[in-house]
Amino acid sequence: MKTTSVMIVGVGGQGSLLASKLLGRLLVDEGFDVKVSEVHGMSQRGGSVVTYVRFGEKVYSPIVTDGEADVIIAFEKLEAARYARYLKKDGKIVVNTQQIDPMPVIIDAAQYPVDVLDELTAKGVDVDALDALTLAEQAGSSKAVNIVLMGKAAKQFNIPYERWITAIENTVAPKFVEMNKKAFDLGYNA
Amino acid sequence: MKKLMIGNQAVAAGLHDGGLGVVSSYPGTPSTEITEFLSKYDDLHSEWAPNEKVAAEVAFGASLAGARSACAMKHVGLNVAADPLFTLSYTGVNGGMVICVADDPAMHSSQNEQDSRHYAIASKVPMLEPADSQEAYDFAKSAFALSEEYDTPVILRTCTRIAHSQSIVELGEAQPAVLKDYQKNGAKFIMMPGNAIKRHPFVEERTLKLQQLAEDCMYNTVEMNSDEIGIITSGCSYLYVKEVMGDSASILKIGMPNPLPVQLIKDFAAKVKKLYVVEELDPIIETHVRALGIDCVGKELFSPLGEFSQATIAAAFGKELPRVVTADSEIPNRPPMMCAGCPHRGLFYTLSKNKITAMGDIGCYTLGAVAPLNALDSTLCMGASISGLHGFNAARGADAEKKSVAVIGDSTFMHSGMTGLVNVAYNATNSTVIILDNSITGMTGHQQNPTTGFNIKGDPAAKVDLESLCKALGINRVRVVDPYDLKACDTAVKEELAAEEPSVIISRRPCVLLKSVKAKPALKVDEDKCKSCKRCMTLGCPAISMKNGKAKIDTTLCVGCGVCNQLCAFDAIVE
Repeated sequence: MKTTSVMIVGVGGQGSLLASKLLGRLLVDEGFDVKVSEVHGMSQRGGSVVTYVRFGEKVYSPIVTDGEADVIIAFEKLEAARYARYLKKDGKIVVNTQQIDPMPVIIDAAQYPVDVLDELTAKGVDVDALDALTLAEQAGSSKAVNIVLMGKAAKQFNIPYERWITAIENTVAPKFVEMNKKAFDLGYNA
Repeated sequence: MKKLMIGNQAVAAGLHDGGLGVVSSYPGTPSTEITEFLSKYDDLHSEWAPNEKVAAEVAFGASLAGARSACAMKHVGLNVAADPLFTLSYTGVNGGMVICVADDPAMHSSQNEQDSRHYAIASKVPMLEPADSQEAYDFAKSAFALSEEYDTPVILRTCTRIAHSQSIVELGEAQPAVLKDYQKNGAKFIMMPGNAIKRHPFVEERTLKLQQLAEDCMYNTVEMNSDEIGIITSGCSYLYVKEVMGDSASILKIGMPNPLPVQLIKDFAAKVKKLYVVEELDPIIETHVRALGIDCVGKELFSPLGEFSQATIAAAFGKELPRVVTADSEIPNRPPMMCAGCPHRGLFYTLSKNKITAMGDIGCYTLGAVAPLNALDSTLCMGASISGLHGFNAARGADAEKKSVAVIGDSTFMHSGMTGLVNVAYNATNSTVIILDNSITGMTGHQQNPTTGFNIKGDPAAKVDLESLCKALGINRVRVVDPYDLKACDTAVKEELAAEEPSVIISRRPCVLLKSVKAKPALKVDEDKCKSCKRCMTLGCPAISMKNGKAKIDTTLCVGCGVCNQLCAFDAIVE
């Protein structure tokens, strides 16, 4: 089987490491060879962050390059646009419609592009957008944006719903399991 | 048991299962998690040392005592530990010793992209280089036996993509830690000239023996698939080559970059029509291949800059690259920045406002360099802020002394700032040093250090008193300021710059990301009072932006630090 490439992109501090941990563990349990490449250190301080997850029968490279990603899970609009070049021709971007202004925009040195998702859609990119922040707040915490988005993206993987739930139970701290399950469901059904 | 692990966790597991007794390290991305994972084992001694030189010397002492030992550091940390390294090569070991070093090609979190393989060559110490987490485990575990058999420390080199990539590891059996006998042996361990001169021939003979090992060992492997194309590669470059070339090229994978094999390379080269060398950073393998009189394609095709990827390999071998779709709008950069409520911000605002020349250092506070604060003039290496300031002032005299400071974090001050401060006092420049004491090692992800009062396991430990320490080092004027108090910062900086002797300002407030720090309620903007003057925007706080002409505070980010409302002349920022 061909290697599947997933990217989780967002802003440092949004919880992309937990999302990749969840997905990585699930894929190992499903019997795939898996590689996950993370970013630690400097970029985590509010910078643009990207995590690569690749799985298949035998995976060599831990990273994803231009035009290779089957799925991009974007925690923020601008980051979806930044990494769109990594998307495969028939790939899909699952994106949180939240806007987080980067410092150059905050200090008026740059413009946050208007309707950047529409721009991508017009170019034939399959963009699946949702307001994950509102759903996360409904689930009980704005921090659950990551799990809402994983719920939304889950249908892109040929893995039964129950296995995702088991993976959540195995990954997050016990006291947050119920809240995260709710967040996953809200994303899954959105 | 199969488990998904980052390379650093696999290195830790390998060291542990190889019978590790003592590990001492200084944190540095991308090496930090090796020691963090090791600290979770209770059957070995783990610690954060004040710097990498201390860490390597602790590992030396433990090895001398008969334990298997290790230290871990980032590439630039090995510069600090280079002094013990070169003579450790002469003494060799008693218990096996492994020096883990993680390079950072593409500089994800570093100030340069130096290639640590030069150190292995220069110090004549064997180096191993895994290509995934399984190899990280296997190589780390086996390194102790290699170290003891050849009587040498062993360097285990990774890079960011190995250290921070997870792949599946199957753990083997753990060997119990054994403490070998210690017997005094001055001829081997007292490296004064008369002894050292007799150890040097041993080092040269050892290298020849290691070269023999390199010809036939588990670390260097050959995959003969084609007699057209042969590729010599190592580490993560091997992964990219396999991803693109699959079984269409023959591959000599080097897992021991020092010393490199001779006959193995000659034989491999003889079996293929065209030979390529694919390695990130410097042409180490390529230079060796060329020195053997073998023609190859290397750096003319594969850049010494940054990281590779499968796309690098595909492009080099003329493969078709996939189509790319991009948005037409310009996508603004999103550089990292100081967090909302970061205690460094108030201090940097003060420096920026007063147009002070500031010598920076290595840590989160390097982010004080970015817009809009633009508060720094230099960042070189750990500790260089203080010594650099002293040199700056020695060159430019009193005028500079009244307008320039050094800024350095608590952990970095422990690492190598103290010696610079001694120099300020001893060689008497009227320098002003600001220690940004946020009670933790921040940038690498919250490690304890000698100023925090806790050790690596979170247990209470001796706590360095920075005020007393600075006084003991010869500085009479030492004062503490709260960086959330802008007026106090301004007064302190102005007074200490004006003082006729060197001084230290300790800007003290714990990192806002520490669990022990409780956020205050978020502030908000009273839009009726906001006059859109944008003064609050000069702080570069990620929680504040302008929306519809008025300042707006993001309540999910704001921790109520109150620095912005001290700036607002219209009392528009309220609780």
